[in-house]
Amino acid sequence: MLKIENLHAEVGGKEILKGLSLEVAAGEVAAIMGPNGSGKSTLANVLSGRPGYEVTQGRVSYQGEDLLALSPEERACAGVFLAFQYPVEIPGVNNTYFLRAALNAQRKARGEDELDSMEFLKLVREKLKTLHIKDDLLHRAVNEGFSGGEKKRNEVFQMAVLEPRLGILDETDSGLDIDALKIVADGVNQLRGEDRAFVVVTHYQRLLDYIVPDSVHVLADGQIVKSGDKDLALKLESEGYGWVARESAA
Amino acid sequence: MSTEQVEDLVQRRYDAGFVTDIESDTVPPGLDESVVRLISAKKEEPEWMLEWRLAAFRRWLEMDEPEWAHVHYPKIDFQDISYYSAPKTEPKYQSWDEVDPKLIETYDKLGVPLHERAKLAGVAVDAVFDSVSVGTTFRKELAEAGVIFCSFSEAVKDYPELVKQYLGSVVPPGDNYYAALNSAVFSDGSFVFIPKGVRCPMELSTYFRINELNTGQFERTLIVAEDDSYVSYLEGCTAPMRDENQLHAAVVELVALDRAQIKYSTVQNWYPGDEEGKGGIYNFVTKRGDCRGVDSKISWTQVETGSAVTWKYPSCILRGDGSSGEFYSVALTHNFQQADTGTKMVHIGRNTKSHIISKGISAGRGQNAYRGLVQVHRRADNARNYTQCDSLLIGDRCGAHTFPYIETRNPTANVEHEASTSKISEDQLFYCLQRGIGEEDAVSMIVDGFCKEVFRELPMEFAVEAKKLLEVSLEGAVG
Ligand SMILES: Nc1ncnc2c1ncn2[C@@H]1O[C@H](COP(=O)(O)OP(=O)(O)O)[C@@H](O)[C@H]1O
Ligand SMILES: [Mg+2]
Repeated sequence: MLKIENLHAEVGGKEILKGLSLEVAAGEVAAIMGPNGSGKSTLANVLSGRPGYEVTQGRVSYQGEDLLALSPEERACAGVFLAFQYPVEIPGVNNTYFLRAALNAQRKARGEDELDSMEFLKLVREKLKTLHIKDDLLHRAVNEGFSGGEKKRNEVFQMAVLEPRLGILDETDSGLDIDALKIVADGVNQLRGEDRAFVVVTHYQRLLDYIVPDSVHVLADGQIVKSGDKDLALKLESEGYGWVARESAA
Repeated sequence: MSTEQVEDLVQRRYDAGFVTDIESDTVPPGLDESVVRLISAKKEEPEWMLEWRLAAFRRWLEMDEPEWAHVHYPKIDFQDISYYSAPKTEPKYQSWDEVDPKLIETYDKLGVPLHERAKLAGVAVDAVFDSVSVGTTFRKELAEAGVIFCSFSEAVKDYPELVKQYLGSVVPPGDNYYAALNSAVFSDGSFVFIPKGVRCPMELSTYFRINELNTGQFERTLIVAEDDSYVSYLEGCTAPMRDENQLHAAVVELVALDRAQIKYSTVQNWYPGDEEGKGGIYNFVTKRGDCRGVDSKISWTQVETGSAVTWKYPSCILRGDGSSGEFYSVALTHNFQQADTGTKMVHIGRNTKSHIISKGISAGRGQNAYRGLVQVHRRADNARNYTQCDSLLIGDRCGAHTFPYIETRNPTANVEHEASTSKISEDQLFYCLQRGIGEEDAVSMIVDGFCKEVFRELPMEFAVEAKKLLEVSLEGAVG
């Protein structure tokens, strides 16, 4: 589904990703862990096409296509979804309206019929119910005045409605209590399936108790320095990142 | 997306820019007493009206053009403007069948159908073409309710006592330079009278159209709402695209008596000039409402997307005890447009309230200034004002300026002012793009969200139109 080869990327003239390679198969959930500043968000941003992130070397193929050749909105319409580490506020724009515009833009790009407001509302209510999210979210402006936790929940809710093929979650679990954490995990687990993949960036192994990953990768200084199964996450949790760095330096 | 790219998205299309080829009776350029007399004669006005005009003209001669506004434009040569232009086919007010089909067609193209078969449901329209009114719809229905809605010229003939009583009582001829000029040469406009206790059964609307080259448009609107009455009024305006600047200097007077409510909405889309700043309308307008009666209320809502230069401060004189004034404004400037707009709230009566929400949007090299005065007189116990003034910048070559003035002479006054300036951030845009929403849709969505508090004050149909207008005006603002 996703194949990253020798990816180098710069931000503000500084090289952050330094030859990163990673493969994620359809149906797979890959967890990415790593110290602060190692380039996890940079990877998420490069994959989603954020302006300001310049790829200087390497290739990314997504469903057999050159992902880097697509504009951000084309990537979104092709099923790439980023749950932002810091979701932005859009004052005055109703959350439901925003999400419907997004879903319909994507459906249109895929040649599907747009949903009218009744159909959309039905879909949205179902999703809220299965995720146990309160519906006051629907009446508020996009992230405006939301607490940190509410913003993260809103990202997961959007993901549930948009049903992406490749979901990238950038520290969606940070700063959440256990109930909110379960919502995030539910969001991923309910979509999990043979034709979808997830890249879950996290600091904490506790999220991985709820989303059991198929693979765990350690990102340090712009490269994947270690890959393993879910036990690797446990080891990182108890022993920190130091040993990985020493091992890879050796 | 870089800032330059954001700016580039502002490439505007002006749909109303066509010219109607119609024969006109246009007075040659120039202004002196004989022109004032000529206008009055063409309109077959009574002697008192002519005298009123001449007095205003003499005042105007002694006045200087104001220069304090935050706008820059070449000096206007007032002798180079024609002060009267009317379609040659004399308007026949009795039947639409006698109105030149070209005129009807013009308004059709502008989305304002006048003909019986296609009239806008629930909205009575007075159509003003260059200097004269070409007709008013729904006259019969309004008459049954006791509402007078007609062109200003008709009002002078048919209701001289009412006109004499109220004309100039809110904006005296000597009020300011442009008001004096208007008082001398005004050609037409609308007159509305809502008698005691009547709730006007439909929206009233005037649609102003400048067509002729080198003419100024100087219309006057007078709305009087008697005790316990209510009216909602909307004005819309467009002009052809031309390289020359054209002057529009209107006066609007509102009078609200005891417990009366007037809601006045404007969607202003005069030709703004091209991307290089060539052409466009100079829009110098005096709008003032007098809350003369107790517990009366006047509410101004304006969406200003057009004109090369705008100079406009719809105001409320809160004279009656318990009266209240509101001002909701969206002003958008793009390319080389300049706007200096805002409001004055003058608290004279006790327990008076005013509420100001101003949203300025600047793109390209547009300059947008909010200028507001909140004045609380000595006798005005318990006056309340709340002002919120937000600016949104698109790109970094445009500007937003805020000039709030507060003068209070009563210690019980409570005046609050909040201001903010923000940019459409690249983060906001990227957030939308990442969800699959295209760039232009994203910008108009963000701008629309910014204007929400004002749009919800507009009558439904016009809110939709205002939204569309903003979208068109911002076309090419990001790219
Ligand atoms: N816009 C930027 N300009 C310059 N440096 C940046 C920018 N964004 C991130 N960085 C730097 O890139 C490195 C990686 O950041 P990031 O990808 O956010 O790390 P992580 O998400 O793993 O904590 C950090 O050293 C950070 O300071
Ligand atoms: Mg990060």
